Amino acid sequence: METPSRPWPWRTHSTNTRRRFLDQADSLAIQTQNLRKVYGSKVAVRNLSLAVRRGEIFGFLGPNGAGKSTSVKMLLGLVKPSGGRADVLGAPSSAVAVRRRIGFLPEDFRFYDWLTATELLELHGRLCGMERARVRDRVPVLLEMVGLGPHRGKRLREFSKGMLQRIGLAQALIHEPELIFLDEPTSGLDPMGRRLVRDVIRAQRERGATVFLNSHQLGEVEITCDQVAFIKNGEVVAGRDLRAQPDGEVRVLVRARKLSAEVIAGLATWSTSTHLDGERMSIAPRSTSDFPDILRHLIASGVDVYEFTPERLSLEDLFMKIMGEDRGL
Amino acid sequence: MGLWIMAGVTFHEAARKKILWMALLAGVAFLTLFGTGMHFQVKDFNARTIPPFIRYQAISGMLQVGFYAVDLLAVVITVLTSVDTISGEINSGTIQAIATKPIPRWQVLIGKWTGFIGMAAAYVTVMFGGVVAVGYWIGGVVPQNPVRGALLIFLECILVLTVTFMSGTWFSTLTNGVIVLGLHGLAFIGGWIEQIGGFTHSPRLVTIGIISSLIMPSESVWRRAVFEMQSPVTRSLPFGPFSNASAPSLAMIGYAGVYLLVALALAVYHFHRRDL
Repeated sequence: METPSRPWPWRTHSTNTRRRFLDQADSLAIQTQNLRKVYGSKVAVRNLSLAVRRGEIFGFLGPNGAGKSTSVKMLLGLVKPSGGRADVLGAPSSAVAVRRRIGFLPEDFRFYDWLTATELLELHGRLCGMERARVRDRVPVLLEMVGLGPHRGKRLREFSKGMLQRIGLAQALIHEPELIFLDEPTSGLDPMGRRLVRDVIRAQRERGATVFLNSHQLGEVEITCDQVAFIKNGEVVAGRDLRAQPDGEVRVLVRARKLSAEVIAGLATWSTSTHLDGERMSIAPRSTSDFPDILRHLIASGVDVYEFTPERLSLEDLFMKIMGEDRGL
Repeated sequence: MGLWIMAGVTFHEAARKKILWMALLAGVAFLTLFGTGMHFQVKDFNARTIPPFIRYQAISGMLQVGFYAVDLLAVVITVLTSVDTISGEINSGTIQAIATKPIPRWQVLIGKWTGFIGMAAAYVTVMFGGVVAVGYWIGGVVPQNPVRGALLIFLECILVLTVTFMSGTWFSTLTNGVIVLGLHGLAFIGGWIEQIGGFTHSPRLVTIGIISSLIMPSESVWRRAVFEMQSPVTRSLPFGPFSNASAPSLAMIGYAGVYLLVALALAVYHFHRRDL
């Protein structure tokens, strides 16, 4: 229920890479301060201040046109900020050398369609400054990982949208980057492809890498991310630790018999609202630390409790709550 | 180094997309046609009694037509193949996967530019060499200063290539093509106006021509190439399709070189600064 004090899963591992990451564990993978981008009279990103810890899977959420892609492009040095500051892996986002440690899957990945899958990965490996021998070793591994092994000799022009996303994911990971930006990685993917992306993201976390996931597939984000930030009209309006269950965002579903009106009225001490529907009761507790008291109250009142299930507000509910009725369409 | 990887990719693309082979095929077709034409010209001259001097000048004139065609083909193919390379990749988002690699943007641009220069060099060498060979083996004529001529045609290709790159960092593919071919057309017309002005002794026409050459010096470079390759007799002719009533000075060639470097610097500067 509580946020782990040091939420870095790679602590349990011991390869060189992980040790290197551990040394830097207290620093941030991404830090922005009042980052701003203005196109003419339109403010795309207003005042973005973010802090993403190393090793985190970070979800960046917001409606279309909220400024998500522009923010990612500023972090990657593709777009020059109009103001503010952005650091990635301890270097300014405009630095070229730091990109050796960064991978990026653009939204709707497209590339030279005359290349074969193998050639594309070889090219990207070389552009990342990898040795030829290492590129040769990595390419088949990555092709297998994204399920394109049988298509290694096929040209990109024969690829479906989903296959392009997969090869795009592979090129983002070819040099084993420490920080990976994925812009809508599951768009155009079938359920199997989405699951693959999820597994790949988890594997990156195991390896100790940081993943910055730009998405509006809330279900995916909910399953994969550790932290999320909500962006609206070019500004971060809220952030959440998805591993924690903060007060006010948890409801308890109770299935019980012998629930009397007095018992329910007595719950007001710990909950803000109670809703009864037959044997099922939904409680909105003031704090998660009140759970034992609520349970004790029910049992002491002679209620037969069959189920007592805390449920976190779904990310979708949270999204709607934060974004309000105006969904930025 | 990223520059050479990008240059290699550009070459690879041209080969894979068959652009290179199609351009060479069109070139071979042209050379065959040109050789056949010159063959029959020589045959017709042999059937009649024509003074050797006139005969040599006429065949040399034919040779100039060949060089003119090579120049035109080289310039047009350079523009057509490179017009989409920067603007198209920005538009499709392809550039995003490249510009986020640990390679400075100037290397991406100069790398592509180098690749196209390599292709232009290969094309000019094959085509120009082909015309010279046809002139020598079939027509029995040799141009004056062929190396200087070839280098000037090559310089013209690099010039239009660089302007195409520069314009491509600002504009979409179609607009870019219109701008570059429009500029070259302006230079072409300006060149004629200048020649007519020189022939009719109209300084104002010459001034208009020089101004158009300053706006886009590509045609001047070609006219200097013609001047370098012509025999002294042809040079002395007052007016004609390949005459040099007003041959561009070496200063104009120097200007074209500076123009090229400024265009390249602007291309790098703007590509470095712009949002992708």
